Amino acid sequence: MKIKIENRALHSEELKHLERITGEDPAKCYQCGNCSAGCPLSYIMDYPPSQMIRLLQLGRIDEAKSAESVWLCVSCMQCYARCPKDVSAGTLFEGLRQLTLREGEDYKKIKELDMPFLKGAPQQALVCGFRKFVS
Amino acid sequence: MKIPYYPGCTLNTVAKGFDLSARESARTLGFELCELEQWSCCGASFPLTPDNIIGLTSPAKVLTAAAKVDSVVTTLCSVCYNVLKRTAETLSEDRERQKVVAEFIEEEYNPSIEVLHFVEILRDKIGFEKVKESVKRPLGGIKAAAYYGCMLLRPFKTMGIDKPEAPTVMEDLFSALGLEPVDFPKKIECCGAHLAMTREDVVAKLSGDVIESATECGAEIVVTSCPLCQYNLEEAQKRAMEERRDWKTVPIVYFTQLLGYALGQSEEEAGLDKNKWDVRALFKEKGVGLCQG
Ligand code: SF4
Ligand code: SF4
Repeated sequence: MKIKIENRALHSEELKHLERITGEDPAKCYQCGNCSAGCPLSYIMDYPPSQMIRLLQLGRIDEAKSAESVWLCVSCMQCYARCPKDVSAGTLFEGLRQLTLREGEDYKKIKELDMPFLKGAPQQALVCGFRKFVS
Repeated sequence: MKIPYYPGCTLNTVAKGFDLSARESARTLGFELCELEQWSCCGASFPLTPDNIIGLTSPAKVLTAAAKVDSVVTTLCSVCYNVLKRTAETLSEDRERQKVVAEFIEEEYNPSIEVLHFVEILRDKIGFEKVKESVKRPLGGIKAAAYYGCMLLRPFKTMGIDKPEAPTVMEDLFSALGLEPVDFPKKIECCGAHLAMTREDVVAKLSGDVIESATECGAEIVVTSCPLCQYNLEEAQKRAMEERRDWKTVPIVYFTQLLGYALGQSEEEAGLDKNKWDVRALFKEKGVGLCQG
Protein backbone atom coordinates (compact mmCIF):
# COMPACT_ATOMS: atom_id res chain seq x y z
CA MET A 1 0.00 0.00 0.00
CA LYS A 2 1.30 3.44 -0.89
CA ILE A 3 0.99 6.15 1.70
CA LYS A 4 1.48 9.72 0.65
CA ILE A 5 2.97 11.91 3.32
CA GLU A 6 2.98 15.61 2.64
CA ASN A 7 5.56 17.82 4.24
CA ARG A 8 3.00 20.59 4.52
CA ALA A 9 0.59 18.35 6.44
CA LEU A 10 3.34 17.04 8.73
CA HIS A 11 4.12 20.56 9.85
CA SER A 12 0.65 22.06 9.68
CA GLU A 13 -0.26 24.85 12.04
CA GLU A 14 -3.24 22.89 13.35
CA LEU A 15 -1.05 19.93 14.30
CA LYS A 16 1.37 22.24 16.09
CA HIS A 17 -1.59 23.84 17.83
CA LEU A 18 -2.83 20.43 18.98
CA GLU A 19 0.61 19.62 20.37
CA ARG A 20 0.73 22.97 22.10
CA ILE A 21 -2.65 22.73 23.82
CA THR A 22 -2.16 19.10 24.88
CA GLY A 23 1.54 19.19 25.75
CA GLU A 24 1.81 15.83 23.98
CA ASP A 25 4.22 14.76 21.26
CA PRO A 26 2.70 12.06 19.03
CA ALA A 27 6.17 11.35 17.57
CA LYS A 28 7.17 9.67 20.85
CA CYS A 29 4.75 6.82 20.18
CA TYR A 30 6.36 3.70 18.69
CA GLN A 31 3.06 2.01 17.83
CA CYS A 32 3.21 -0.90 20.25
CA GLY A 33 -0.58 -0.91 20.50
CA ASN A 34 -0.77 -1.23 24.28
CA CYS A 35 -3.12 1.74 24.50
CA SER A 36 -5.56 0.21 22.03
CA ALA A 37 -5.41 -3.13 23.81
CA GLY A 38 -6.30 -1.51 27.13
CA CYS A 39 -8.85 1.01 25.86
CA PRO A 40 -12.38 -0.08 26.81
CA LEU A 41 -13.83 1.72 23.79
CA SER A 42 -11.49 0.30 21.15
CA TYR A 43 -14.07 -2.28 20.20
CA ILE A 44 -16.36 0.36 18.82
CA MET A 45 -13.93 3.06 17.65
CA ASP A 46 -13.25 3.72 13.97
CA TYR A 47 -9.64 4.48 14.95
CA PRO A 48 -8.52 3.09 18.31
CA PRO A 49 -5.96 5.21 20.19
CA SER A 50 -2.76 3.87 18.58
CA GLN A 51 -4.19 4.31 15.08
CA MET A 52 -5.36 7.77 15.98
CA ILE A 53 -1.82 8.66 17.00
CA ARG A 54 -0.55 7.16 13.75
CA LEU A 55 -2.83 9.49 11.82
CA LEU A 56 -1.28 12.40 13.68
CA GLN A 57 2.24 11.11 12.99
CA LEU A 58 1.37 11.06 9.29
CA GLY A 59 0.00 14.58 9.42
CA ARG A 60 -3.57 13.49 8.78
CA ILE A 61 -5.13 15.69 11.43
CA ASP A 62 -8.36 16.32 9.48
CA GLU A 63 -9.09 12.62 9.45
CA ALA A 64 -8.28 12.38 13.14
CA LYS A 65 -10.51 15.33 13.99
CA SER A 66 -13.50 13.94 12.17
CA ALA A 67 -13.21 10.39 13.52
CA GLU A 68 -16.07 9.19 15.69
CA SER A 69 -13.47 7.86 18.17
CA VAL A 70 -12.93 11.42 19.37
CA TRP A 71 -16.41 11.44 20.90
CA LEU A 72 -16.21 7.89 22.22
CA CYS A 73 -13.11 8.33 24.35
CA VAL A 74 -14.21 8.69 27.98
CA SER A 75 -10.90 9.95 29.43
CA CYS A 76 -10.51 6.85 31.57
CA MET A 77 -6.72 7.06 31.11
CA GLN A 78 -6.19 3.35 30.76
CA CYS A 79 -4.18 4.11 27.58
CA TYR A 80 -1.82 6.41 29.44
CA ALA A 81 -1.47 3.97 32.31
CA ARG A 82 -0.29 1.25 29.94
CA CYS A 83 1.89 3.31 27.60
CA PRO A 84 5.61 2.49 27.81
CA LYS A 85 6.49 5.80 26.15
CA ASP A 86 4.52 8.07 28.48
CA VAL A 87 2.21 9.24 25.72
CA SER A 88 -1.32 10.13 26.77
CA ALA A 89 -3.68 9.23 23.96
CA GLY A 90 -6.55 10.32 26.22
CA THR A 91 -5.10 13.84 26.35
CA LEU A 92 -4.72 13.94 22.56
CA PHE A 93 -8.37 12.87 22.24
CA GLU A 94 -9.35 15.73 24.55
CA GLY A 95 -7.28 18.09 22.41
CA LEU A 96 -9.05 16.91 19.27
CA ARG A 97 -12.43 17.47 20.93
CA GLN A 98 -11.30 20.92 21.99
CA LEU A 99 -10.26 21.82 18.43
CA THR A 100 -13.85 21.31 17.33
CA LEU A 101 -15.56 22.75 20.40
CA ARG A 102 -13.38 25.85 20.42
CA GLU A 103 -14.58 26.59 16.91
CA GLY A 104 -18.03 26.88 18.45
CA GLU A 105 -19.28 23.59 17.06
CA ASP A 106 -21.25 21.30 19.35
CA TYR A 107 -21.08 17.54 19.10
CA LYS A 108 -24.38 17.24 20.86
CA LYS A 109 -27.13 19.83 21.16
CA ILE A 110 -28.75 20.01 24.56
CA LYS A 111 -32.19 20.01 22.98
CA GLU A 112 -31.47 16.62 21.40
CA LEU A 113 -31.11 14.95 24.78
CA ASP A 114 -33.66 12.58 26.15
CA MET A 115 -35.93 13.97 28.88
CA PRO A 116 -35.83 10.85 31.08
CA PHE A 117 -32.04 10.99 30.96
CA LEU A 118 -31.95 14.67 31.88
CA LYS A 119 -34.31 14.05 34.79
CA GLY A 120 -32.83 10.82 36.10
CA ALA A 121 -29.09 11.11 35.56
CA PRO A 122 -26.76 12.24 38.32
CA GLN A 123 -25.65 15.86 37.94
CA GLN A 124 -22.06 14.85 37.39
CA ALA A 125 -23.06 12.98 34.20
CA LEU A 126 -24.70 16.11 32.83
CA VAL A 127 -21.90 18.47 33.78
CA CYS A 128 -19.24 16.14 32.45
CA GLY A 129 -21.17 15.35 29.26
CA PHE A 130 -21.75 19.03 28.54
CA ARG A 131 -18.09 19.78 29.00
CA LYS A 132 -17.07 17.03 26.65
CA PHE A 133 -19.71 17.53 23.95
CA VAL A 134 -20.91 21.14 24.00
CA SER A 135 -18.90 24.23 23.01
CA MET B 1 -11.18 15.76 64.91
CA LYS B 2 -12.89 17.95 62.32
CA ILE B 3 -12.20 17.48 58.63
CA PRO B 4 -13.35 19.91 55.93
CA TYR B 5 -15.68 18.10 53.61
CA TYR B 6 -16.67 18.78 50.01
CA PRO B 7 -19.90 16.92 49.14
CA GLY B 8 -20.20 17.95 45.47
CA CYS B 9 -23.43 18.34 43.49
CA THR B 10 -24.52 14.76 43.15
CA LEU B 11 -24.17 13.88 46.83
CA ASN B 12 -26.24 16.91 47.63
CA THR B 13 -29.13 15.57 45.55
CA VAL B 14 -29.53 12.12 44.03
CA ALA B 15 -26.84 10.39 46.09
CA LYS B 16 -27.98 11.69 49.47
CA GLY B 17 -27.69 8.21 50.99
CA PHE B 18 -23.99 8.19 50.15
CA ASP B 19 -23.52 11.54 51.90
CA LEU B 20 -25.64 10.96 55.01
CA SER B 21 -24.31 7.48 55.75
CA ALA B 22 -20.75 8.84 55.62
CA ARG B 23 -21.44 11.81 57.89
CA GLU B 24 -23.07 9.60 60.49
CA SER B 25 -20.33 6.96 60.23
CA ALA B 26 -17.72 9.64 60.82
CA ARG B 27 -19.51 10.71 64.02
CA THR B 28 -19.57 7.12 65.26
CA LEU B 29 -15.85 6.82 64.54
CA GLY B 30 -15.07 10.00 66.46
CA PHE B 31 -14.62 12.67 63.81
CA GLU B 32 -16.76 15.19 62.05
CA LEU B 33 -17.15 15.93 58.37
CA CYS B 34 -17.51 19.72 58.28
CA GLU B 35 -19.12 20.77 55.03
CA LEU B 36 -17.37 23.76 53.45
CA GLU B 37 -19.41 26.89 54.04
CA GLN B 38 -19.38 27.82 50.40
CA TRP B 39 -18.70 25.53 47.53
CA SER B 40 -19.43 25.16 43.83
CA CYS B 41 -19.44 22.26 41.38
CA CYS B 42 -15.93 20.87 40.72
CA GLY B 43 -16.62 20.73 36.99
CA ALA B 44 -17.01 16.93 36.97
CA SER B 45 -14.08 16.42 34.63
CA PHE B 46 -10.48 17.46 34.95
CA PRO B 47 -9.43 19.67 32.01
CA LEU B 48 -6.87 17.49 30.26
CA THR B 49 -5.53 20.19 27.98
CA PRO B 50 -3.11 22.20 30.12
CA ASP B 51 -4.02 25.50 28.47
CA ASN B 52 -7.62 25.18 29.66
CA ILE B 53 -7.33 27.40 32.72
CA ILE B 54 -11.07 28.03 32.88
CA GLY B 55 -11.60 24.35 33.70
CA LEU B 56 -9.31 24.72 36.70
CA THR B 57 -11.07 27.71 38.23
CA SER B 58 -14.03 25.90 39.70
CA PRO B 59 -12.01 23.22 41.56
CA ALA B 60 -9.42 25.85 42.49
CA LYS B 61 -12.17 27.86 44.16
CA VAL B 62 -13.17 24.82 46.20
CA LEU B 63 -9.55 24.18 47.21
CA THR B 64 -9.11 27.82 48.21
CA ALA B 65 -12.23 27.68 50.38
CA ALA B 66 -10.90 24.53 52.07
CA ALA B 67 -7.42 25.98 52.58
CA LYS B 68 -8.97 28.78 54.64
CA VAL B 69 -10.01 26.30 57.31
CA ASP B 70 -7.46 23.48 57.19
CA SER B 71 -4.61 21.84 55.29
CA VAL B 72 -6.71 18.88 54.16
CA VAL B 73 -10.08 18.44 52.49
CA THR B 74 -11.98 15.22 51.99
CA THR B 75 -14.62 14.08 49.56
CA LEU B 76 -16.55 10.91 48.75
CA CYS B 77 -17.38 11.01 45.06
CA SER B 78 -14.60 9.46 42.97
CA VAL B 79 -14.96 12.13 40.29
CA CYS B 80 -14.81 15.08 42.71
CA TYR B 81 -11.80 13.45 44.31
CA ASN B 82 -10.09 13.03 40.95
CA VAL B 83 -10.77 16.59 39.82
CA LEU B 84 -9.77 18.23 43.11
CA LYS B 85 -6.65 16.15 43.57
CA ARG B 86 -5.42 16.66 40.04
CA THR B 87 -6.11 20.37 40.19
CA ALA B 88 -4.17 20.66 43.46
CA GLU B 89 -1.30 18.74 41.92
CA THR B 90 -1.22 20.60 38.65
CA LEU B 91 -1.23 23.98 40.36
CA SER B 92 1.07 23.11 43.25
CA GLU B 93 4.37 24.02 41.61
CA ASP B 94 3.12 26.28 38.87
CA ARG B 95 3.31 29.88 40.08
CA GLU B 96 2.35 31.29 36.69
CA ARG B 97 -0.90 29.37 36.46
CA GLN B 98 -1.66 30.01 40.13
CA LYS B 99 -1.55 33.71 39.30
CA VAL B 100 -3.88 33.38 36.31
CA VAL B 101 -6.31 31.23 38.30
CA ALA B 102 -6.22 33.80 41.13
CA GLU B 103 -7.30 36.49 38.70
CA PHE B 104 -10.26 34.44 37.57
CA ILE B 105 -11.43 33.43 41.04
CA GLU B 106 -10.71 36.90 42.41
CA GLU B 107 -8.76 35.68 45.40
CA GLU B 108 -5.31 34.33 46.02
CA TYR B 109 -4.91 30.65 45.27
CA ASN B 110 -3.50 28.79 48.26
CA PRO B 111 -1.55 25.73 47.08
CA SER B 112 -1.03 24.18 50.52
CA ILE B 113 -3.93 21.77 50.55
CA GLU B 114 -4.03 18.01 50.53
CA VAL B 115 -7.01 16.19 49.01
CA LEU B 116 -7.91 12.91 50.70
CA HIS B 117 -10.63 10.48 49.82
CA PHE B 118 -12.88 9.46 52.71
CA VAL B 119 -11.56 5.89 52.50
CA GLU B 120 -8.02 7.25 52.94
CA ILE B 121 -9.15 9.02 56.12
CA LEU B 122 -10.57 5.72 57.37
CA ARG B 123 -7.41 3.82 56.49
CA ASP B 124 -4.71 6.33 57.46
CA LYS B 125 -6.20 8.55 60.15
CA ILE B 126 -8.70 6.26 61.88
CA GLY B 127 -7.40 2.79 60.98
CA PHE B 128 -9.43 -0.19 59.79
CA GLU B 129 -8.74 -1.89 63.15
CA LYS B 130 -10.71 0.82 64.91
CA VAL B 131 -13.45 0.55 62.29
CA LYS B 132 -13.60 -3.18 62.97
CA GLU B 133 -13.84 -2.63 66.71
CA SER B 134 -16.74 -0.22 66.18
CA VAL B 135 -18.80 -2.62 64.10
CA LYS B 136 -22.09 -3.43 65.79
CA ARG B 137 -23.63 -5.39 62.98
CA PRO B 138 -21.14 -7.60 61.10
CA LEU B 139 -22.34 -8.01 57.53
CA GLY B 140 -22.75 -11.77 57.46
CA GLY B 141 -19.93 -12.68 55.08
CA ILE B 142 -21.81 -11.32 52.07
CA LYS B 143 -19.62 -11.59 48.99
CA ALA B 144 -18.83 -8.03 47.96
CA ALA B 145 -17.02 -6.87 44.83
CA ALA B 146 -15.19 -3.54 45.12
CA TYR B 147 -15.64 -1.73 41.84
CA TYR B 148 -12.94 0.97 41.70
CA GLY B 149 -13.50 2.11 38.12
CA CYS B 150 -11.19 4.81 36.75
CA MET B 151 -11.27 7.94 38.82
CA LEU B 152 -9.90 6.69 42.14
CA LEU B 153 -6.84 5.29 40.43
CA ARG B 154 -5.87 7.05 37.25
CA PRO B 155 -3.60 8.68 36.30
CA PHE B 156 -1.62 6.56 38.72
CA LYS B 157 1.12 9.11 39.28
CA THR B 158 -1.29 11.68 40.67
CA MET B 159 -4.12 9.68 42.16
CA GLY B 160 -2.23 6.90 43.91
CA ILE B 161 -4.98 5.93 46.35
CA ASP B 162 -3.58 2.40 46.32
CA LYS B 163 -1.67 -0.08 44.12
CA PRO B 164 -2.57 0.99 40.58
CA GLU B 165 -3.43 -2.32 38.91
CA ALA B 166 -4.47 -4.31 41.95
CA PRO B 167 -5.88 -2.03 44.64
CA THR B 168 -7.14 -3.58 47.88
CA VAL B 169 -8.07 -0.65 50.11
CA MET B 170 -11.81 -1.24 49.69
CA GLU B 171 -11.43 -4.98 50.20
CA ASP B 172 -9.52 -4.33 53.43
CA LEU B 173 -12.38 -2.17 54.63
CA PHE B 174 -14.88 -4.87 53.64
CA SER B 175 -13.06 -7.42 55.78
CA ALA B 176 -13.32 -5.06 58.75
CA LEU B 177 -17.10 -4.84 58.20
CA GLY B 178 -17.63 -8.59 58.09
CA LEU B 179 -18.06 -8.84 54.33
CA GLU B 180 -16.20 -11.32 52.18
CA PRO B 181 -14.25 -9.42 49.53
CA VAL B 182 -14.39 -10.87 46.03
CA ASP B 183 -11.63 -10.09 43.54
CA PHE B 184 -12.69 -9.80 39.90
CA PRO B 185 -10.95 -8.99 36.61
CA LYS B 186 -12.87 -5.85 35.68
CA LYS B 187 -12.58 -4.00 38.97
CA ILE B 188 -10.52 -1.15 37.50
CA GLU B 189 -12.29 -0.95 34.12
CA CYS B 190 -14.54 1.88 32.96
CA CYS B 191 -18.36 1.82 33.31
CA GLY B 192 -18.88 4.02 30.23
CA ALA B 193 -19.02 7.25 32.24
CA HIS B 194 -20.65 10.26 30.53
CA LEU B 195 -21.42 8.25 27.39
CA ALA B 196 -24.67 7.70 29.31
CA MET B 197 -25.61 10.94 27.58
CA THR B 198 -24.95 9.82 24.03
CA ARG B 199 -24.41 6.06 23.84
CA GLU B 200 -26.61 4.11 26.17
CA ASP B 201 -25.75 0.95 24.23
CA VAL B 202 -22.05 1.34 24.98
CA VAL B 203 -22.68 1.98 28.66
CA ALA B 204 -24.95 -1.06 28.80
CA LYS B 205 -22.14 -3.20 27.42
CA LEU B 206 -19.29 -1.83 29.55
CA SER B 207 -21.28 -1.74 32.78
CA GLY B 208 -22.91 -5.08 32.02
CA ASP B 209 -19.44 -6.61 31.53
CA VAL B 210 -18.31 -5.22 34.88
CA ILE B 211 -21.29 -6.76 36.67
CA GLU B 212 -20.91 -10.10 34.94
CA SER B 213 -17.22 -10.19 35.71
CA ALA B 214 -18.08 -9.64 39.40
CA THR B 215 -20.91 -12.16 39.59
CA GLU B 216 -18.89 -14.80 37.76
CA CYS B 217 -16.43 -14.52 40.64
CA GLY B 218 -19.23 -15.03 43.12
CA ALA B 219 -20.16 -11.44 44.05
CA GLU B 220 -23.58 -10.90 45.64
CA ILE B 221 -23.24 -7.12 45.67
CA VAL B 222 -21.15 -4.59 43.76
CA VAL B 223 -19.79 -1.67 45.75
CA THR B 224 -18.82 1.72 44.40
CA SER B 225 -17.65 5.18 45.40
CA CYS B 226 -19.03 6.98 42.35
CA PRO B 227 -22.63 8.05 41.70
CA LEU B 228 -22.11 7.86 37.94
CA CYS B 229 -20.80 4.28 38.18
CA GLN B 230 -23.78 3.49 40.37
CA TYR B 231 -26.22 5.01 37.89
CA ASN B 232 -24.63 3.28 34.91
CA LEU B 233 -24.48 -0.09 36.63
CA GLU B 234 -28.12 0.17 37.65
CA GLU B 235 -29.32 1.37 34.24
CA ALA B 236 -27.34 -1.36 32.48
CA GLN B 237 -29.16 -3.94 34.56
CA LYS B 238 -32.55 -2.50 33.62
CA ARG B 239 -31.63 -2.99 30.01
CA ALA B 240 -30.10 -6.43 30.58
CA MET B 241 -33.33 -7.57 32.23
CA GLU B 242 -35.28 -6.59 29.14
CA GLU B 243 -32.88 -8.35 26.82
CA ARG B 244 -31.88 -11.42 28.78
CA ARG B 245 -34.31 -13.60 30.64
CA ASP B 246 -31.56 -15.21 32.70
CA TRP B 247 -30.21 -11.89 34.03
CA LYS B 248 -30.04 -11.86 37.82
CA THR B 249 -29.93 -8.38 39.28
CA VAL B 250 -27.27 -7.42 41.78
CA PRO B 251 -27.57 -4.55 44.28
CA ILE B 252 -25.14 -1.70 43.57
CA VAL B 253 -24.33 0.09 46.82
CA TYR B 254 -22.03 2.82 48.07
CA PHE B 255 -19.28 1.68 50.41
CA THR B 256 -20.47 4.13 53.09
CA GLN B 257 -23.92 2.51 53.12
CA LEU B 258 -22.29 -0.75 54.13
CA LEU B 259 -20.03 1.04 56.59
CA GLY B 260 -22.97 2.87 58.14
CA TYR B 261 -25.17 -0.18 58.42
CA ALA B 262 -22.33 -2.19 59.96
CA LEU B 263 -21.74 0.61 62.46
CA GLY B 264 -25.34 0.38 63.59
CA GLN B 265 -27.23 2.90 61.46
CA SER B 266 -30.86 2.21 60.66
CA GLU B 267 -31.78 1.13 57.13
CA GLU B 268 -33.02 4.66 56.41
CA GLU B 269 -29.92 6.35 57.83
CA ALA B 270 -27.74 4.14 55.67
CA GLY B 271 -29.98 4.96 52.69
CA LEU B 272 -30.70 1.28 52.04
CA ASP B 273 -34.19 2.18 50.88
CA LYS B 274 -32.77 4.31 48.06
CA ASN B 275 -31.02 1.71 45.90
CA LYS B 276 -32.77 0.46 42.81
CA TRP B 277 -32.04 -3.15 43.68
CA ASP B 278 -32.65 -3.63 47.33
CA VAL B 279 -29.80 -5.05 49.34
CA ARG B 280 -32.06 -5.55 52.39
CA ALA B 281 -33.39 -8.90 51.19
CA LEU B 282 -29.84 -10.19 51.08
CA PHE B 283 -29.12 -8.90 54.59
CA LYS B 284 -32.21 -10.70 55.79
CA GLU B 285 -31.23 -13.91 54.06
CA LYS B 286 -27.79 -13.79 55.71
CA GLY B 287 -29.26 -13.02 59.10
CA VAL B 288 -27.83 -9.50 59.27
CA GLY B 289 -30.18 -7.36 61.29
CA LEU B 290 -29.99 -6.81 64.99
CA CYS B 291 -27.03 -4.93 66.39
CA GLN B 292 -24.65 -6.78 68.64
CA GLY B 293 -23.22 -5.47 71.89
S1 SF4 C 1 0.86 2.53 24.20
FE1 SF4 C 1 2.02 4.42 23.85
S2 SF4 C 1 3.72 3.84 22.49
FE2 SF4 C 1 2.23 2.15 22.45
S3 SF4 C 1 0.94 2.63 20.66
FE3 SF4 C 1 -0.08 3.53 22.45
S4 SF4 C 1 0.68 5.64 22.55
FE4 SF4 C 1 2.05 4.49 21.19
S1 SF4 D 1 -8.72 7.70 27.80
FE1 SF4 D 1 -9.89 7.38 25.92
S2 SF4 D 1 -8.43 6.49 24.49
FE2 SF4 D 1 -7.56 6.26 26.53
S3 SF4 D 1 -8.20 4.22 27.18
FE3 SF4 D 1 -9.74 5.66 27.95
S4 SF4 D 1 -11.33 5.75 26.40
FE4 SF4 D 1 -9.51 4.79 25.45
